[in-house]
Amino acid sequence: MIGIIDYGRGNISSVETALEKGGFENITTDDHELLRKCDGLILPGVGAFKDGMQDLERRGLIPIIKEAVALGKPLLGICLGLHLLFEVGEEDGESAGLGILEGRVERLTTTLKIPHIGWNDLRIVSPSPLLDGIEDGDNFYFVHSYQAHPVDRSVISAICDYGQEIVAVVSHNNVFGVQFHPEKSSTKGMVLIQNFGRLVSKWS
Amino acid sequence: MLKKRIIPCLDVREGRVVKGINFVDITDAGDPVEMAKFYDKEGADELVFLDITASHEKRDTMIEVVRQTAKQVFIPFTVGGGIKTIEDMRNILRAGADKVSINSPAILNKNLITQGAKIFGSQCMVVAIDAKKNDEGIYEAYINGGRINTGLEVISWAKEAEAYGAGEILLTSMDRDGTKDGYDLELTKLVSEAVSIPVIASGGVGNLEHLYDGLVEGKAQAALAASIFHYGTYSIREAKKYLIDKGVDIRW
Repeated sequence: MIGIIDYGRGNISSVETALEKGGFENITTDDHELLRKCDGLILPGVGAFKDGMQDLERRGLIPIIKEAVALGKPLLGICLGLHLLFEVGEEDGESAGLGILEGRVERLTTTLKIPHIGWNDLRIVSPSPLLDGIEDGDNFYFVHSYQAHPVDRSVISAICDYGQEIVAVVSHNNVFGVQFHPEKSSTKGMVLIQNFGRLVSKWS
Repeated sequence: MLKKRIIPCLDVREGRVVKGINFVDITDAGDPVEMAKFYDKEGADELVFLDITASHEKRDTMIEVVRQTAKQVFIPFTVGGGIKTIEDMRNILRAGADKVSINSPAILNKNLITQGAKIFGSQCMVVAIDAKKNDEGIYEAYINGGRINTGLEVISWAKEAEAYGAGEILLTSMDRDGTKDGYDLELTKLVSEAVSIPVIASGGVGNLEHLYDGLVEGKAQAALAASIFHYGTYSIREAKKYLIDKGVDIRW
């Protein structure tokens, strides 16, 4: 069972459907006990870093996420969910993140238009089980104005170019994050979500 | 690098597609969900639904269309038409749309853009501008489906909309809409260069060269078209192949 963490952050029906299509049981909830029973978690989300952390805190979800990671359960952060994995976000004044990965989340510095909206192609820089069946040049749908800067660059699995390097996929043991929206990235996005589903099945 | 986007637009009235297409592999050309699935499969980068339902009571049909689309289509889609309040936006976005497009209500109450951006994020807020050139060569913004001239100068309105929190501008040339003469490139370029948010060109596409012109000469980030795709004049694949061959960066 995959738990989609509900902390009031936007549209998740496509994530649910993508998992269902792949035959992966899932539940969207903020209930601690239900989330504890899950074999893997997805942290979705759009919006601001600070608000996101406050919502997680208010619902008491921070220890639940950390506990799952410590147990070795696969965790996937999507967009804001990826940002929250890191230590510090600078949107709207500095605020602390989950600190599961080392690094900061900062506003894009590109001279191109911000937000970075649309389809961009990946360059895979180190292999990750999340990217099975995904190749260099495959396109994914991005919508963001901020991005993560991991301290340890070896966690970066894929990047893309938007007048600056964009960290697109991070993988560290059982922790994964994607800057784009796989649930809005047509067939390739589906491949990625199903890869995650399989990682969860393997764990359980 | 970031790709230019091709966006088919579907007019929906009371839950049914108006000007439905006739393709062999679509069982029900009037079903917006079927059409959306078809365009997703064909490689469309995004979709726009324009709700042209006249009666307020029947507007809930659109919510159901959005819900079904979100369950079956895995590319971003925008819903426009009839969205007047934060509550309308919430209903459409909750049902699974990625963005809402607002036109008249944005001009009549500019704070609506800011409020929406604050609650849902700028990336959800598309401001639609219907532009028409006046006798002095100045572009003015129209509302109420092109019936009322607001007298607002389009370029400064686009900049203002951005400042109020719009995430994208959907720019339609009323002079070109339905003509198949191509986008108004002067208008498209003026607005694209004036704002730092993406501009979607709309109105007038009759052939593939028009798409190229809008994206390259007009400097739009995305090209919206309706009839050339609906009537099967060109497929999305053909359009994309054409643009790629001409050196435009497009998702394949």
